[in-house]
Amino acid sequence: MSLAVLQRAKELLGDTIKSTHSYRGDDTLVVDAAAIVEVMRLLKDEVGMDFLVDLTCVDYLGREPRFEVVYHLRSMKTGERLRVKAPLDEPEDGSNPALDSVVPLWAGANWFEREVWDLYGIRFHNHPDLRRILMYEEFVGHPLRKDYPKERRQPLVRRDPNE
Amino acid sequence: MGLEFYTSKLADAVNWARKYSLFQYPFVTACCGMEFMALWGPKYDVARFGAEFPRFSPRQADLLIIVGTITERQGPILRRIYEQMCEPKWTIAFGVCASTGGFYQNYSTMPGADQCIPIDVYIPGCPPRPEQVLDGLIMLQDKIQNGQGFVQRREKREHDAGKNKLKVLP
Repeated sequence: MSLAVLQRAKELLGDTIKSTHSYRGDDTLVVDAAAIVEVMRLLKDEVGMDFLVDLTCVDYLGREPRFEVVYHLRSMKTGERLRVKAPLDEPEDGSNPALDSVVPLWAGANWFEREVWDLYGIRFHNHPDLRRILMYEEFVGHPLRKDYPKERRQPLVRRDPNE
Repeated sequence: MGLEFYTSKLADAVNWARKYSLFQYPFVTACCGMEFMALWGPKYDVARFGAEFPRFSPRQADLLIIVGTITERQGPILRRIYEQMCEPKWTIAFGVCASTGGFYQNYSTMPGADQCIPIDVYIPGCPPRPEQVLDGLIMLQDKIQNGQGFVQRREKREHDAGKNKLKVLP
């Protein structure tokens, strides 16, 4: 455990890592989205990054690939941190981008993944209950996507103007 | 000097009683709640104006104070609470978010609680000073005394149009 966490992850994961960078103590792995569960399982069991701090998403509209799902991990034993990014593009057929859920590894990922689905429209395979979590069921679209119009409102209730 | 003299004097007396016994329902959703607590506390003491008694059931309240941001998702809840209140009833939008949506201009925030319920007094500020709220309360009391509240005006309109003849209208 004396090697830096990035070094250990590189040795263990090999080809699934697309790139890495390290800046002022923040270590980042960019990995293949198709292999995310296997990568996370190895990081959790073999590298010791046993705590999922955060799971979120970024929309880089106009860039290929468009989305990046970001995982922040921490080792409760050593206090090391690691950021894992999984780039994800929109499928050609216009359906929602998708990757595997990490709920089998961390139950706490459940609500994070629902939030990412709600606000960015990224589906998670094998998620036990992938519903919207912040917006209401009637809401159409995913509001934190950069192409969601800023002015669009989807009200549930409005006053009768003749009231 | 006929019957009108006595009924208008009765209306004055009833409205006088109403304006000094406002039972409020605080609909507190956001950070304005802190300032609202200061208003309740001994320093600013809203009890001096007869409006200190919170009822946490809308059926027992006649003043709905909307304290904080209203989201689109809360709209139906707020509307239901308003409709559960017995008439006559009044509403105050406490703070700029409840009045206009404030600095939130996005997909989730309702641009002012008046999008879903009628509001009698708007109190701006982020949050408003307790003095501003007391001023707003006094303005509402003036409205009640003069029969200018939203529901009072509607009752008056309906009465003048020949509806609700059985209702004794102060």
